[in-house]
Amino acid sequence: MRRLKLVANYTVEMRLLVVLVIMCFGLSLASDQFLSLGNLTSLLNNNAVNLIWAVGLLVVLISGGIDISFAVAASVVQYVAAYCFGLLGGGNWILGFLVSGLIGIGLGLVNATLIHGFRIISIVITIATFNAFFGLLMFFTSGKNIYNLPSWWTSRIFIFEHQSTNGTWSELNLAVAVMIGCVVATWILIRFTGTGRQLYAFGDNPEAARRAGINIALMQAVAYGWMGMMAGIAGLMQVNIVKEVIPNALYGRELEVLAAVVLGGARLGGGKGSILGCLLGVMFVAITQNGLNLLGVSPFAFQMIIGGSILIAVSTSNIQIGSDLFKNPGKYIRTRY
Amino acid sequence: MMTTDPEWVLSLENVSKNFGGVKALTGVSFRVKPGEVHCLAGENGCGKSTLIKIITGVYTPSPGAKLNILGKEIEHITPALAREMGISVIWQDLALFPHMSVAENISFDEVLGFWPRLVRTESFKPKVEAILKRLNVEMDLDEPIKNLPIAQRQIVAIARALMGNAKLIFMDEPTSSLTQSETSMLMRIVQKLSEDGVAVVFVSHRLAEVLAISSQVTVLRDGHLVGVFPTEGMTQTKLAELMTNLTLINEVTANPGIHTESILEIENLSRKNEFQNVSLHIKKGEIVGLTGLIGAGRTELAHVLIGMTKPTSGTIRLGGKEANFNSIRDAILEGIAYVSEDRLSLGLIQPQSIADNIATTVLNRILTFMGFVSAKKKESMVNHWIKELAIRIGESSDAVSTLSGGNQQRVVLAKWLATEPRLMILDNPTVGVDVGARAGIFRIVKSLAEQGMGILLISDEVHEVHFNSDRVLVMTNGEIKLEHNPLEHSVEQLEGIVYA
Repeated sequence: MRRLKLVANYTVEMRLLVVLVIMCFGLSLASDQFLSLGNLTSLLNNNAVNLIWAVGLLVVLISGGIDISFAVAASVVQYVAAYCFGLLGGGNWILGFLVSGLIGIGLGLVNATLIHGFRIISIVITIATFNAFFGLLMFFTSGKNIYNLPSWWTSRIFIFEHQSTNGTWSELNLAVAVMIGCVVATWILIRFTGTGRQLYAFGDNPEAARRAGINIALMQAVAYGWMGMMAGIAGLMQVNIVKEVIPNALYGRELEVLAAVVLGGARLGGGKGSILGCLLGVMFVAITQNGLNLLGVSPFAFQMIIGGSILIAVSTSNIQIGSDLFKNPGKYIRTRY
Repeated sequence: MMTTDPEWVLSLENVSKNFGGVKALTGVSFRVKPGEVHCLAGENGCGKSTLIKIITGVYTPSPGAKLNILGKEIEHITPALAREMGISVIWQDLALFPHMSVAENISFDEVLGFWPRLVRTESFKPKVEAILKRLNVEMDLDEPIKNLPIAQRQIVAIARALMGNAKLIFMDEPTSSLTQSETSMLMRIVQKLSEDGVAVVFVSHRLAEVLAISSQVTVLRDGHLVGVFPTEGMTQTKLAELMTNLTLINEVTANPGIHTESILEIENLSRKNEFQNVSLHIKKGEIVGLTGLIGAGRTELAHVLIGMTKPTSGTIRLGGKEANFNSIRDAILEGIAYVSEDRLSLGLIQPQSIADNIATTVLNRILTFMGFVSAKKKESMVNHWIKELAIRIGESSDAVSTLSGGNQQRVVLAKWLATEPRLMILDNPTVGVDVGARAGIFRIVKSLAEQGMGILLISDEVHEVHFNSDRVLVMTNGEIKLEHNPLEHSVEQLEGIVYA
């Protein structure tokens, strides 16, 4: 009974899981490379940054907002952090996390302040800050890349290495470990803290949240601050992977992440979304892309498939909610009268 | 338990509040005993909600006010303190979180607080279950609120108040969207709370409900306290006079026996769990009143008549022809108009102009040969009805929201009259309309009947149907109990029957 209920409350997640399992099964038959350790580890390595962003964005979506500016914010963090490390005499990993996390939080708070202060919907504010952040970045850097970075930042750190019998190496890099940390931290925040519950409540019914005495400004600050922190950390890890800072490298990545999180069941109106769904959403997008690559299909097919999946996922989940509510509103209650 | 409790759970004295130069409340006092069911009554804008907002700390009263909760003088009350002291408000919109589960909603106030801390819904479940058991209700604790019907959400809101050990619960218009069985279930729960020593204050302008459930009624008018009265021996007419300070001159307008041609004939109409074996005839030019306690099944009957829901058995004949509506559109085409109780939100598009609102039902009749809406035809149609119903307006292009309740109601009538109906169903046509303006509405209804329209007048207020109908049907628990003739029997006799 409890199991069944769990499935019922996570309909979107369960459906996505089933689709994902079927897809993996099909791909493992179609391509012998798909299930290889090397392919699976590179899937994780390549998507660690997206996953870090995704859990940050999940918090914003739960609170009823949206953020378009986080990928560009990550680029800003990379530049400012590189500058700071220069001033700090090189820096190290601890300083790295501190500096990029704090700059990220600062940029997130800019969004939160504008949204709360002017009571303007988040999509308008974050499209504005997306442009402002990117414009300022290109203006001050003149679009120049940075290759001369502290060695600790660009050194390859593996948390897992394995050499298979045929001699090929497969490994998981630091970004995957950091991603796991971010996922667990976000999971604890939204699932097990009072603050998390208040975030869901604020996204679900802002007026009721206000009347219950929730500090609305604080909620916006937590949501966008958390997103900013994740953006900063993602920026830091991205540099560790690609070993250079390019101002427009992350431009455009935000929509890919947004699509994945929405596919994972996060509601654009707020109040709904889970870590599990978020992970499945990102992995669905990643595995689709990976599978199409392995099968040698045109990259444009990927865009069409993602678009189609979003339409199917979002429209079918609405149909279900609607029919349930109108057909049989009384089925959930038994009174003893 | 009672002996250790203070005499009053809440006692307010000399409460005043000004908004700018407007006096919302002047020297009001208000007291509630533990376990009492009390009603706070008054017309729109009399200061009811201002008073609640002062009690719950949303507004600060002018200096000189005394607030005493459970025997303790309170200097300055905040929303958090009010909750801590055991005062809860269940707002009309319930203020719940639709995507959260029953358990999460009920335990929600426990997770509030500035500093992050760990919370688990599971740890609240035993207490939530105990509260629901106390209310004698079984619910799936993991079900999201959005899947529950309104009545169950109301229970969740009550349970949420009890989770904070409420000693006094305010309910703001709690029955406005409940059906018969739901209302009676709510009433039983209120009774249970009262027995447990929890005081309940109803805020309502439904007089029938006020008299049925509460033991005391505090009446406010224009920000002043009119008085506190026991509900025993109180009549709707007397209460309405206290609320409005108008002596309501009522005379019976019934004109029975002259109607011959039948418009509506209903035989043994039933709809499962709503009403049974209802038979009802309305003749041309006749006004038939339909009253009863809230949720007796009157609105449900009206919904079947306009094709919104389907009957389980029985027949409806319209002008001698059997009618079988599949939708409201069918009913409109057959000449039935339904002015619903929710008209102020559902019946009118508030920001649009008066003219546009009147024209919405008949757009297909005022087209040019090209198929566009003809400005000329529209203007003459709108002006005709504005004149006919004496709607007092500035310009017909003004937004409906600029009008008073009474004039808005006339716009709704105009909108439906434009469809040229044979039968008009009015569901509580005077809710939200000031008493002075009510007489005007009924004059229009009477003249429509004189022009040959059949009218079914549904109302909670016994005196309203008594004085304005040719005959009155009393509905109880989904059945027509009897027919009352206003010319032969008094309004007091009718009240006796309805509240028996």
